[in-house]
Amino acid sequence: MARLGKQYSDGEIIVRQGEPGNCMYVIQDGTVEVLAIRDGKELHLRDLGADDFFGEMALFEEATRTATIRSKGTTRVLTIDRKSFLGGIHEDPSLAFRLVQTMSHRIRDLTDRLARYEESG
Amino acid sequence: MGSAHGSFQQLAAEPESAKTLRDGSRIAVVGAGPSGSMFSYFLLNMAEATSLQLNVDLFEPRRFCHRGPAGCNHCGGVISESLVQRLATEGIVLPDEVVQRGIESYTLHMDIGDVEICTPLEERRIAAVYRGNGPRDSEPMESESFDGYLQRLAVDKGANLVQRLVTDVSREGDRMRLECADGFHDEYELVVLASGINSRLTADLEERAGGFRKPAPTKAFICEFKLGREVIRETLGPSMHVFLLDIPRLEFAALIPKGEYTTLALLGDDIDEELMQRFFTSPEVKNCFPGGKIPDHVCHCYPRMNISGARPPYADRMVMIGDCGTTRLFKDGIGAAYRAAKAAARAAVFHGVAAEDFEAHYWPMCRSVQVDNRFGKLLFAVAGLIQKARFARRGVLRMTITEQRHPGKPKRMSGVLWDLFSGSARYREVFMRTLHPAYIKDLVWNLVAGNVDRSHPPAVERRHGTH
Repeated sequence: MARLGKQYSDGEIIVRQGEPGNCMYVIQDGTVEVLAIRDGKELHLRDLGADDFFGEMALFEEATRTATIRSKGTTRVLTIDRKSFLGGIHEDPSLAFRLVQTMSHRIRDLTDRLARYEESG
Repeated sequence: MGSAHGSFQQLAAEPESAKTLRDGSRIAVVGAGPSGSMFSYFLLNMAEATSLQLNVDLFEPRRFCHRGPAGCNHCGGVISESLVQRLATEGIVLPDEVVQRGIESYTLHMDIGDVEICTPLEERRIAAVYRGNGPRDSEPMESESFDGYLQRLAVDKGANLVQRLVTDVSREGDRMRLECADGFHDEYELVVLASGINSRLTADLEERAGGFRKPAPTKAFICEFKLGREVIRETLGPSMHVFLLDIPRLEFAALIPKGEYTTLALLGDDIDEELMQRFFTSPEVKNCFPGGKIPDHVCHCYPRMNISGARPPYADRMVMIGDCGTTRLFKDGIGAAYRAAKAAARAAVFHGVAAEDFEAHYWPMCRSVQVDNRFGKLLFAVAGLIQKARFARRGVLRMTITEQRHPGKPKRMSGVLWDLFSGSARYREVFMRTLHPAYIKDLVWNLVAGNVDRSHPPAVERRHGTH
């Protein structure tokens, strides 16, 4: 059955670190891995599942992708265009609420991780 | 509306009192179609974010789990690309059970040929859904209706579903009073009318309250064909089939593939038997069906469509959203319902429920839709001229095919047609794109090239379907 989004197979790269981006993604179905590549080594940051989004920084910055996103099993992902998103925010700022809320949770998570790293170091 | 309440202006002239929602405020939402359910959902969402305790009663006598007219809201059931993206951004990811089929292209059919217009991302971002649980006499489906899904979201968020038919809304001192067919009545701080274009409530309001004009409707035609998944895959594919035919009063016609069924939607100026006869005997339509034979439809309706919004769509402690307020002309009515629901919820939670609050914070959205609809009328008038002029159709077809054959080429005509058919962009934006010098240059060139050498008509360009 033809459902929404684009399907990726196991191990397929959806977003590659260092590449330019102009959209974010919402996971319709399945799981993806968020990976940071440092000195050729993969560092697993977290897994994301259905309804989670990724690539949102590209909506606000002209910078390149900060992480690689790889499909873990079969996944289906919906693309959110920058133009569509920013146009929506212009009309209805509350559209960004969930995005800001999630980014806030991620900053909190990163702060916790940094604190633990500083403690252990 | 209650006859004792005089003019609409008097209705709106409630003395200045506590016209804001507070902890414990009661809100009645009349109608749990997309606008009513989304209003309830977003209102409760915003209230939660601002630590406001609200009680929302969502009145809907129908059950969307029913098949046929009893559970259906009578529309083509297409969720536009822009709405799919916005809902996903809001955290409302349409589940597979709701999406009957993801649409990834539009196929334009004309007497001189047809062309498939593909989404640049090769991704399915348009959803074909059922508003109820499928056509009359269909097999029970495992899928869920779109309206039922939104209603469930609202209920999960805290709305109280009341399965009663509201028959009257009137003002009772500083509050609004609701009466139901079974004698039930109650009072609320805010009443939200989301009862659709067929509601008697707006007709009563127009009769009893001077200064209010209910939306103006036109008649459309929608029917369902049972083709089976395999036949749909072979003939229509994940493509919505749109017809640009020289049939007077027909503005738009589309075949929308769903699970086992295909929905046909005819929109225009009062669709009647004569128009339908001409449509069904067109070779371009017959060729979309197996063996060129159009099967009997299993379910049909003549729904009324809002072509001119209510004025004003608000009063003190009352606001009209969706089809009984303001909606888009012909396209993306559910997207317009989403925008109206959010704008009304924002006004109620963050500003107040007085007429002036809705005028300042809800009416601008309605006005922008109404202004945009004027551009829509202009675009559909131009499309009507193209329908009538064969030389223009040749130019449009040639330009679209050329763009679809060359991936790197700017998709000027394809983009205009895509957004016009899908309703994903505002009509004004689409119109402005047709004034771009590069668009005009390409169109003029294709009009000339497409009509100079008619001995070699452009090839038919389709990825999906056997014809």
